[in-house]
Amino acid sequence: MSLINWIDDRFPLSKVWNEHMAQYYAPKNFNFWYYFGALSLVVLVLQIVTGIILTMHYKPDADLAFASVEYIMRDVPAGWFVRYLHGVGASMFFLVVYLHMFRAMLYGSHRKPRELIWLLGMVIYVALMAEAFFGYLLPWGNMSYWGAQVIISLFGAIPVIGEPLAEWIRGDFVVSDATLNRFFAFHVILLPLLLALLVYLHIVALHKVGSNNPDGVDIKKNKDKDGNPVDGVPFHPYYTVKDTFGIAVFMTVFLGIVFFVPEFGGWFLEKDNFAPADILQTPPDIVPLWYLTPYYSILRAVTFEWLPGGAKLWGVIAMGAAIVMFFFLPWLDRAKVRSIRYRGWMYKTALTIFAVTFVMLGYLGTKNPGHVDLFVFENVIWAQIGLVLYFAFFLLMPIYTRFDPTKPEPDRVG
Amino acid sequence: MTMKTLIKRLLLPVLCMLWAPAGMTAGGGNENLDSAYINLSDKVSLRNGAHTFVNYCLSCHEASYMRYERMADDLGIDRETLKRDMMFAADKPGELMTVNMSDEDAKAWFGVVPPDLSLTARSRGPDWIYTYLRGFYRDEATSTGWNNTLYPNVAMPHVLYQWEGMRKANFETSSDGAKVLAGYDQLSPGTMSAQEYDSAIRDLTNFMVYLAEPAKLVRYRIGFWVMVFMLVFVGLSYLLKKEYWRDVH
Repeated sequence: MSLINWIDDRFPLSKVWNEHMAQYYAPKNFNFWYYFGALSLVVLVLQIVTGIILTMHYKPDADLAFASVEYIMRDVPAGWFVRYLHGVGASMFFLVVYLHMFRAMLYGSHRKPRELIWLLGMVIYVALMAEAFFGYLLPWGNMSYWGAQVIISLFGAIPVIGEPLAEWIRGDFVVSDATLNRFFAFHVILLPLLLALLVYLHIVALHKVGSNNPDGVDIKKNKDKDGNPVDGVPFHPYYTVKDTFGIAVFMTVFLGIVFFVPEFGGWFLEKDNFAPADILQTPPDIVPLWYLTPYYSILRAVTFEWLPGGAKLWGVIAMGAAIVMFFFLPWLDRAKVRSIRYRGWMYKTALTIFAVTFVMLGYLGTKNPGHVDLFVFENVIWAQIGLVLYFAFFLLMPIYTRFDPTKPEPDRVG
Repeated sequence: MTMKTLIKRLLLPVLCMLWAPAGMTAGGGNENLDSAYINLSDKVSLRNGAHTFVNYCLSCHEASYMRYERMADDLGIDRETLKRDMMFAADKPGELMTVNMSDEDAKAWFGVVPPDLSLTARSRGPDWIYTYLRGFYRDEATSTGWNNTLYPNVAMPHVLYQWEGMRKANFETSSDGAKVLAGYDQLSPGTMSAQEYDSAIRDLTNFMVYLAEPAKLVRYRIGFWVMVFMLVFVGLSYLLKKEYWRDVH
């Protein structure tokens, strides 16, 4: 093709295509858990496209924002579809990202030499939480308003600079039009740019070292006479067709939710957010959406007022530390093998307890701390137990991964 | 991956997710609400509810995100009927369903600004509306002479009392000291029987569910065909994947 040649003389088009698609070798034994990386990319693109359309009709103004969302829902052709895609998309984004992260913890994808991929991924995760938080204020519903009020007030717990800092973030003494405008700027410009850059770096780092796989075995150790891994297949067409199937299944579930249960029983779109922001009407229970509730639970679990600086300050510290813990994972894990398939009972037990704890904390974060929704104890007691288990998983990891009775890794993938 | 493990791994999480909202709804409401049994495919009920809404609710409350024209088109109301029987505060069908009353006047007359009703069915739920509108009773202690069992001391009077008639509520004190509704006594009859009144309120609630999300009328219908398309796409993409992966062992 002469056009391709013309471009190749001026831009490394074929080279990039080959290096990252047609001649990029990925292990042939990817399983179910390996769909979620591609799926998060699909959701990112979907969020950007639907976000652009929403921005055309949305008004970032405290007097107009709520009505403009309803205008999108009623008067913009297919506006309801675009808005539901975007709203449900936020929850689906976190769902696939959580499963993607869990995959890494299952098969040791964060271990050497992939530490930097993991760190970049964690920065993406934190940026995504910020993106979701800023975006949640924009519909200017009552839960948007009070959610932002509560989260920003957390900065007020920091000694000395806390209150001025919270005021600086809001741009006012309370969440107001000024807050809405800056959150809009962050949500549609700052964080999407940052996310795009970080995702690019995440993939560049991945393609430098190559993908891990469910056996945790390095496929580059066994190469054929052409220098290609024996246990690898070119990403294109093998994984492009396989991921197409995964995307089809995922989009079926996604669109099923969009068309039939877009509110998802209050988990994806909260009831209180169908009432406009009202500074005089505090919702009975102010809770973030489900993807942030594990950390919200940890924040509320710290109720010990005798701590120096007060319980709120230490709650904020615990919440921050809970996220920071993930960054250290590659260095906390001392096992000789990567994959859960060859690990001993200790890591398997620890990871299971951690997964259950994370889900439990998420559930408790949506509930009133004083109620009894699990067994016997009040929710706050379960959250405190969860907090201890959560941190124990990370802090004890160097010990239990070192003494874990692992099985030897095979030479080739199974 | 065999088909069996595929089903096990894909279907189970999805089923678990679909089950999740049930828990949320069960934990959400702490009031005893009567079920409104909403049926959006009942156009007669929706039109009936629309007439009640514009005649009785729209005098004080707004539905300021909704246009008359959209309502008429969706519910099959012709323009003549719309203009003659339903548009009292607007000239053009394209106008929003607003009320010509300033917030200051509203506060002076009612003590509060009557809330916009566009989204009440989504913020409070249809069962709440259905129970609330059937919970009015005479109470001389309030300024309007009316009170409500679901929303005690609400500022709103019983707008539909001519239909339902006047009732007195009887309360008992339960063992834990709470005030519990024991039933109503009819003080004077209304133009409707209790059954007719319930049915009228059900139609009104039905309309308000539509009003809160007009797209709901088309959402399920389009969604069905989207699902059909997606399942075919899943099948084809699976076959394509299988074909490409035949030589990988």
